[in-house]
Amino acid sequence: MRLPAYLPGTVVTAAIVVAGALLMALLNLLPASFPLHVPDFAVSLTAKYLSYALLALAVDLVWGFAGILTLGHAAFFALGGYAMGMYLMREIGTRGVYANADLPDFMVFLSWTHLPWYWYGFSFFPFALLMALLVPGALAAGFGALTFRSRVSGVYLSIITQALTYALMLAFFRNDMGFGGNNGLTDFKDILGADLHAPLTHAVLLLVTALSVAGALLLTRAVLAGRFGRLLTAVRDAENRTRFLGYRPEHAKLLVWVLSALIAGLGGALYVIQVGIINPGEFAPGNSIEAVIWVAVGGRGTLSGAVLGAVLVNLGKTLFTGLLPELWLYALGALFILTTLFLPRGLMGLRRAPEAAAIAGEPAPVTPEMAVPEDAS
Amino acid sequence: MSTPSLLYLDNVTVSFDGFRALNELSLLLVPGEMRAIIGPNGAGKTTMMDVITGKTRPDKGDVLFHNTIDLTRLDEPSIARLGIGRKFQKPTVFEQLSVRDNLLLSLAGHRRPFGVLFARQTGEERDRIEGILRTTRLGQHADRLAGALSHGQKQWLEIGMLLGQEPELLLVDEPVAGMTDAETAQTADLLRDINRTRSVVVVEHDMEFVRALGVGVTVLHEGSVLAEGSLDDVSRDPSVIEVYLGR
Repeated sequence: MRLPAYLPGTVVTAAIVVAGALLMALLNLLPASFPLHVPDFAVSLTAKYLSYALLALAVDLVWGFAGILTLGHAAFFALGGYAMGMYLMREIGTRGVYANADLPDFMVFLSWTHLPWYWYGFSFFPFALLMALLVPGALAAGFGALTFRSRVSGVYLSIITQALTYALMLAFFRNDMGFGGNNGLTDFKDILGADLHAPLTHAVLLLVTALSVAGALLLTRAVLAGRFGRLLTAVRDAENRTRFLGYRPEHAKLLVWVLSALIAGLGGALYVIQVGIINPGEFAPGNSIEAVIWVAVGGRGTLSGAVLGAVLVNLGKTLFTGLLPELWLYALGALFILTTLFLPRGLMGLRRAPEAAAIAGEPAPVTPEMAVPEDAS
Repeated sequence: MSTPSLLYLDNVTVSFDGFRALNELSLLLVPGEMRAIIGPNGAGKTTMMDVITGKTRPDKGDVLFHNTIDLTRLDEPSIARLGIGRKFQKPTVFEQLSVRDNLLLSLAGHRRPFGVLFARQTGEERDRIEGILRTTRLGQHADRLAGALSHGQKQWLEIGMLLGQEPELLLVDEPVAGMTDAETAQTADLLRDINRTRSVVVVEHDMEFVRALGVGVTVLHEGSVLAEGSLDDVSRDPSVIEVYLGR
């Protein structure tokens, strides 16, 4: 079956991400006196951008291909981050301030005597990694099953996703939740025995993150390339019509929604390892909206554009906040408006697919706002 | 009931905010039949389609498929899977997909998400699509986006998608609205051809088209059946004349 014209260069993007990360990691291993040496901070920054790229891919998968404008995807990202953060907390062991082998520092500080049951098992890396996928996936499954079956869509769904992430933020701020409250989880020492502050660990983490991005790109491409991708397009543009063909659009949406949450959770887990901290601020509604902007800038519904947008916008954020920190939000807002006005297909729209140009009178891309239900007329 | 029945509506009433869109409507369709439904605007034609396909639940009355299956208890996808296909008044195709992909999605078979995810197109499916492309004369447009088709071609594509579902019963809402005379005549041929193997209910305003179909006619008015018979019979019926010409 042919690939739709709107997935240009996904394999190439995956290859570039891996090759670029490999090159960076190798150049980082050169002695600092060499002119081509890549400094350590650049390695961990790139790895952070790539973990954001996973979040962007997750957003693009549901927004670009299923028409679900999510404004709460950072919730899945942060939950994945917390699961990994819990493992890293347990790894600290007796090296904490209170040198307590059984309890993380913040629990000792709160005068807790027992580890809460939901912390059990997080000493084991495979379990934590599994939870970093399963917890966001389970939340997405429950949330999606309820909302999609009730036929909540469009702007109403977007608002509910904002409420979801906001509610989680408030919950995680509470000390009695047992996730470190306001301060979150931090002061990590090592992962699987490797020192988290060693340059080599960061070089390896960059490679692992790049491979995850490449894997997610190829997986989503495989999901979208076949008949299921066409069904998603059909659901996005004329959901009711698919019902009269015998499909249950809510099931198709649920499948892609859960897959998207898994990718976001993986991104969050990798993110926490790179940045060394996770706190309730990661659930802030603004984070989810930023992820949507990355995708819009890169090019919605292109996969590669999501990766491109996440890396470029965050690179811009790093540079900009270094120079004019108070103006960054204005710059981000302006970027979003300018993209919407002048680059509706994002940066990926600049390279127009030849077959798309050949179709005379090609219709404008249908946005969820434009898609009117085909009710009785 | 002793007569074989494909679709039986019995005393179906639907009210919207006190307005009775269907008022104790009863209708019987036998297997293999093609029936034209006519009536002035607001007679309840589209509401009747909505009730049969599960979009609207009636306040009272039964809708039976094959005498035994109560359609009022099922939702749209279940009814579609039973073998009842519907073409909408306003052509509704998937504009961002090619004509071929529109037909692929319509083909009877995979409907569950995981089934669709792992589905590979079979040679049989390819042949089915080619066959439908020939029947609907869309062969040379197969790889164009459906959104780029003309209005008439979209109507035909939607009929093609109905055929892909392999339904026992086709509900066709105003198939020739906005079509040229030549296209209208071709559509009448197409529907007669389809009717050789399937039952069809056509809602239509165009009397020439209904005449060309040459089938039994049911006249709806204010949510109930006003008259039934051949087009010539119902055209001579004084009550029908009054509804169409009077007031």
